[in-house]
Amino acid sequence: MSWGYAVRRIAQLVPTIAAILLASFLLIHLAPGDPVLALAGEHGDAEYYAFMRDKFGLDEPLHEQALTYAGNVLTADFGVSYVQGRPVLDVLLERVPATLLLTGAALLLSTVTGLLAGMFTATRRSRLPDLTVNGALLTLYAAPVFWLGQLAILTLALGAGWFPVQGMSTASSDATGIAHLADVAHHLALPAIVLASQEIAAVGRLTRVGLRDELDSDHVRMARAKGLGEATVVVKYGLRRALSPVVTIIGGRIGHLVAGAVVVEVVFGWPGLGRLLVTAMQNRDVPIVLGIFLLVAVTVVVANVITDLCYAWLDPRVRYR
Amino acid sequence: MSATADGVPFEPAGPEGRQRIGVLRRVLTTPSGLLGAALTGALVVVAVFAPALAPYDPFGIDGPVLHPPSAAHPLGTDALGRDLYSGVLYGTRTSLVVAGTVGVLVLLIGSLVGAVSGYAGRWADDVLMRLTEAFQVLPRFFLAIVVIAFFGPGVDRLVLVLGFTSWPMLARVVRAEVLSLKEREFVAAAQAHGASNARVVVREILPNALPAAIALLGLILAQVILIEASLGFLGLGDPNAMSWGYLANEAQRFLRVAWWLPLFPGLAILLAVLGLNLLGDAITDVLGGRR
Repeated sequence: MSWGYAVRRIAQLVPTIAAILLASFLLIHLAPGDPVLALAGEHGDAEYYAFMRDKFGLDEPLHEQALTYAGNVLTADFGVSYVQGRPVLDVLLERVPATLLLTGAALLLSTVTGLLAGMFTATRRSRLPDLTVNGALLTLYAAPVFWLGQLAILTLALGAGWFPVQGMSTASSDATGIAHLADVAHHLALPAIVLASQEIAAVGRLTRVGLRDELDSDHVRMARAKGLGEATVVVKYGLRRALSPVVTIIGGRIGHLVAGAVVVEVVFGWPGLGRLLVTAMQNRDVPIVLGIFLLVAVTVVVANVITDLCYAWLDPRVRYR
Repeated sequence: MSATADGVPFEPAGPEGRQRIGVLRRVLTTPSGLLGAALTGALVVVAVFAPALAPYDPFGIDGPVLHPPSAAHPLGTDALGRDLYSGVLYGTRTSLVVAGTVGVLVLLIGSLVGAVSGYAGRWADDVLMRLTEAFQVLPRFFLAIVVIAFFGPGVDRLVLVLGFTSWPMLARVVRAEVLSLKEREFVAAAQAHGASNARVVVREILPNALPAAIALLGLILAQVILIEASLGFLGLGDPNAMSWGYLANEAQRFLRVAWWLPLFPGLAILLAVLGLNLLGDAITDVLGGRR
């Protein structure tokens, strides 16, 4: 990969992150009433308000406040949650692993299943299986994730009893080692499948379109003419080139996945950032809400840059655009 | 041939006004286009006539508590004895009001940014495209939650935050259309007649860029409906408006006892989103683009 492209792409991070900081900073000051109340809620005491005033530099002129704010955020210092009585970062970091496990599992699952579903439909033209799978993908793509979760709980967890209904592990069990991992995996299965569903549809549809075009192309016809097996033709000659648009959207999908994770965590009682966010909203614990927003926004932006770099590495034409 | 961010080429629509009618007819002759148009049409009809169609007040307590679907309450009742059918019908209204107003904002901002970027070119194009990229990666869903945290829940601020963050894709498509249209003869003819730049863009170029923009708008609004419903599900919707997300939120507490409560609001969302997606895809197909 040419270093020029990488440097240029990474440099684009600066205005984007500045925009995120500016947007959140403006919101704090546009909120009705005293910014310290907007930030710290109405339940704090005088000492806490004074602390937050000082932390966010609320007594300084506006441009200095902006710098103080940017400095705080860029050093991952999101202030202190009054409700939790602890630094926001500590509270967030506690919840990150659960959300990472859920979204990571869903990302892996959706990429693999989506590719398989896309390959399946692309190689069967206008036949019943193609229509069925494609119809299923369209429906999955349109289904709200909380609805899929609720239906999954109704049928597979409450109905058939195959999966636990809530949580990340069995509360009463004190299993350790492999038994504990198996327990977590059992709890993870349903939320991960539900979270992956919309992404399966997105990846599947994109693979289908890309692969169909590739399978019509001259180099694939050539491969067939050479007498290569159909599986080799599809995977080696078709899929390889159909993959690059799939990679590009992964960056965007990460944003979707994290947003979807908030909903899935609430449906399944999964103890991650999403559940924390909803609880923080109920308690009017604004520093936590703001901290989650900034953490997610920066992660999504960085993930986008990483996918773009991967894409450029896969498809050299991009670098010279 | 110009390309959008996804590497999806769009062929420009011709300059003839008649072509737009042709597009509509061809959309309606494909099965998926017809289904999409029918679902979207039904969405609009239900939203407009919800008060006439709904047998009860969606917030009114009119029946037995947690009663499964019956003749009196076709979709059952909730824990307070409210009619779910009426709730779903009125929820259509909220979804459509949010999606419709966001759609107007997206169309205005996206067309403006895309047209200026594509027509003016040079530094204006550079600046506007960097801006578009910055907006495109903003996590809308979380930004909407932050706005609700500071300003409280409400349809007005939700429309504003979703409208001001959902336009980037549309701007890119309009820009791509403008780039290819501005080289065409009818544009040169208008310029030769001494038409101002603003007139050329508004009267000659934008009307022809519109079909591609409308196709994408369908897909954007489908996502907006999903976001609005998700926020409602998290309990962050407007407390004064009946919405599908609110109904799904209520249902979560009664999953064990009332299967109808989660089933029907989600089904309504599915049909609305499916309709908009199918319609958007069908228009894109007819215009010669691919997804």
